[in-house]
Amino acid sequence: MIKQIDFLGKRRLAAIFSGLLLLTTIVSLATQGLKLGIDFTGGTLVEIGYQQSVDLKVMRTALENAGFEDATVQHFGSTKEVLIRLKPKEGFSNAQLSTEVATAASGAMTEKGDLRRVEFVGPQVGDELTEDGGLALLYSMFGILIYVAWRFEYKFALGSVAALAHDVLITLGFFSLLQLEFDLTVLAAVLAVIGYSLNDTIVVYDRIRENFRLLRKGSAEDVMNISLNQTLSRTIMTSVTTLLVLIALAVLGGEIIHNFAIALTVGVVIGTYSSIFVASPLVLALGVSKEDLMEPEIEGNDIDMMP
Amino acid sequence: MQNHFPIWKNLLILIVLILGIVYSLPNLYGDDPSVQISAGDATDITELQLAQIEGTLSDAAITAKAIELQGTKVLARFNNTDDQMRAADLWRNSLGSRYIVALNLAPATPDWLRSIDAEPMYLGLDLRGGVHFLLEVDMVAALKQADERYNNDIRLALRTAKIRYKSVTFDNGAVKVVLRNEKDKQAAIDMIDDEFRKLDMKVDEAQPVIYLSISEQEINEIKKFALAQNITTLRNRVNELGVSEPVIQQQGDNRIVVQLPGVQDTAQAKEILGTTATLEYRKVDTEHDIQRAIAGRVPVGSRLYYERDTKAPVLLKRRVIITGDQIVDASSGLDQNGSASVNITLNGIGAKKMGKFTKDNIGQPMAVVFIEQKATTKMVNGKKIRHKEKVEEVISIATVRDAFSKRFQTTGLDSTQEARKLSLLLRAGALAAPVDIVEERTVGPSLGQDNIDKGMLSVIVGFVLVLVFMAVYYKTFGLIANLALTFNLVVIVAVLSMLQATLTLPGIAGIVLTVGMAVDANVLIFERIKEELRNRNSPQTSIFLGYEKAFATIFDANITTLLVALVLFGFGTGPIKGFAITLAIGILTSMFTAILGSRMVINWIYGSRQRLDKLSI
Repeated sequence: MIKQIDFLGKRRLAAIFSGLLLLTTIVSLATQGLKLGIDFTGGTLVEIGYQQSVDLKVMRTALENAGFEDATVQHFGSTKEVLIRLKPKEGFSNAQLSTEVATAASGAMTEKGDLRRVEFVGPQVGDELTEDGGLALLYSMFGILIYVAWRFEYKFALGSVAALAHDVLITLGFFSLLQLEFDLTVLAAVLAVIGYSLNDTIVVYDRIRENFRLLRKGSAEDVMNISLNQTLSRTIMTSVTTLLVLIALAVLGGEIIHNFAIALTVGVVIGTYSSIFVASPLVLALGVSKEDLMEPEIEGNDIDMMP
Repeated sequence: MQNHFPIWKNLLILIVLILGIVYSLPNLYGDDPSVQISAGDATDITELQLAQIEGTLSDAAITAKAIELQGTKVLARFNNTDDQMRAADLWRNSLGSRYIVALNLAPATPDWLRSIDAEPMYLGLDLRGGVHFLLEVDMVAALKQADERYNNDIRLALRTAKIRYKSVTFDNGAVKVVLRNEKDKQAAIDMIDDEFRKLDMKVDEAQPVIYLSISEQEINEIKKFALAQNITTLRNRVNELGVSEPVIQQQGDNRIVVQLPGVQDTAQAKEILGTTATLEYRKVDTEHDIQRAIAGRVPVGSRLYYERDTKAPVLLKRRVIITGDQIVDASSGLDQNGSASVNITLNGIGAKKMGKFTKDNIGQPMAVVFIEQKATTKMVNGKKIRHKEKVEEVISIATVRDAFSKRFQTTGLDSTQEARKLSLLLRAGALAAPVDIVEERTVGPSLGQDNIDKGMLSVIVGFVLVLVFMAVYYKTFGLIANLALTFNLVVIVAVLSMLQATLTLPGIAGIVLTVGMAVDANVLIFERIKEELRNRNSPQTSIFLGYEKAFATIFDANITTLLVALVLFGFGTGPIKGFAITLAIGILTSMFTAILGSRMVINWIYGSRQRLDKLSI
């Protein structure tokens, strides 16, 4: 073995760090909440591209004159593109609105803009998406709980799900703290974070299980430390390759996919940290012992994909 | 000989690789600007019609790249968009309203690939541009319409059966029929039993009163019918828009998804899809003076209307002959004399009513009133209040030439355009229940192309970064992993193309993410091999053990990610589904390429070496 790092020895420090992050998350979520996109709140969004730079003040005035006092206008990507948002109104589900907005906006310019994107989500649809999104998060957590409990043991299942909740919460906290827009694609990214972080955690758990059976000597803490060290280079390598592509996506993928890439990047960083400093210490705290993993398990050997 | 694959395994991998390359090939050929022609009634296009279509083109000296007859449609490919536009205009004029002429971008897949069903990936609306609408059918209104229809039909049936009644009214969601005496009541019960089996009947024992309500089963039928009729009507309307590959699908039990790829004028699309309209056929009041009516003295039993185009005033009788929901179909065509006409088909009750009316009114003019529900918003006390405004206009006046019932023709229209417009309006008015657009997502063509370009760029850059990183870190083994990764990308594209799954922008993100995560399996294996080498195992044994020990881990880790992808797929709407699909496919293919593919190459390089002291890892 090369140098051993005492990961579990630093679990108090990690607990304080995670605690602080979670506290910040909860405070931020409680005070300012998430800046939900129109997918969830309902409303209208219009993106228009022009040949020349757009003066937001002129645009706002034009929209106000057309009766859209509540419209928010911002540049999107460049100063030649504008994003206009309208809040949903009670009983105001007129999809014709987006057309009227586009017409009013183009009235502010000398040229007819290129209508790049229109999104209209009725309040009812928004509510449904919010509900479905929450359910999707719960279902995937629950599915994972069952799978890990079946393949490993319930302490591992609890540890992994707690680590996932930790990752999801902190990713949400990041979006709340910086008030980045949270839309459907970001929700998909959060779900993908669950997948990624779990992947990481499972690899570590797998090693812990193997070592519990292999190593006769040593306390549970020692075994886990050894396992974490053995998987460390893999954990880092995979995080680095994933982060490489995510950065490419965040920088080059365009505005629409930007927040998606940001959510995944934050999630991958947190997920990597949690698989080392949260998932394993939790299993230890739950009092895992060699006996828990000694009974014969269904191994991958009987599966035909074996090379 | 630990590191040898049996021949079948090598062959399997190579076959998958070749299939992957072949089926991902169509994505490399671009698109042809093309025009798609299909018959409005979805019948096959004959050779004769094809010759006519080709003739129009050669007369105007436009050369097409190819004209193909594909069952119900003709696809003409052109060398440039100029030719495409000119040809489309020519055909629109020469073919008339029976055909739908739509601009299209047809994949320029070579014939040999098409012959094995290899097609490029199907791009979602966020990549190709277009409109996505989610429409909701107002079921409350549909049921109310049904109530009213039954109310009228019961009156009519009672009168026909010569049963005298005191009143037929709505009472607590049921139709309350009050009769004169017990004898009439029994006759009414028998008649209703006979003719209105779908209604639940409750008889008041003490009084000559019958309550009728629509049964639970019938309510479901009405809802189903309202949805089906709306879908049919929407399909007809969309056809008028000239969209090449529209999607009109039911979603849930009261919603309809409409996707119109490549539609530029969304305002027009919304106008056509979103307005709710109904029709009424009314008799023209010829007995009274219209000037007096305009002056404000409208005779009892009549109402003043205005014509839609000319704004000329018309005096119509208040009694409605039939309403739009009794129209089954309306299509434009030519009459015996070759002039434009509209053919209308009614349902049973409509036919009965129309038959009765026309028998007594031959030679009298009859008008069609088009009623639109336009939603407007008004400011009341600083609050915006949505207001549904009813616009009623006369769209056609025609003289009854003959007694008719189920099918009839409106003739004497000025042009085929006129006939087409009227038939479209009639069909639009036949909409069963009002629909509301509850979601809209429009992506302009320029943004679509941007999305493709940016998505592809990030795939390529991310891919190259990973390749470089792996090669630097794992040397020869890194290069092998890179081969496996490239192989993986090819197979993902091939599978997506074969499944014709919709590729969306989040889908591309899924591919990017897969590229990052797919090397994970190889990283796991290589780290294991390194460990085994440190444990002083021989290189050959290390390779063998590395693969063997890493397998269970890879399997477990990937299954859980697959689980998440499945949840995503189940919950997702359009774009999210796209992400889930690519993620799931990516996980499965990466297991194959990273474990089997890389092993095959490693076996080829190292497997047969007797003396191997070091691995380049």
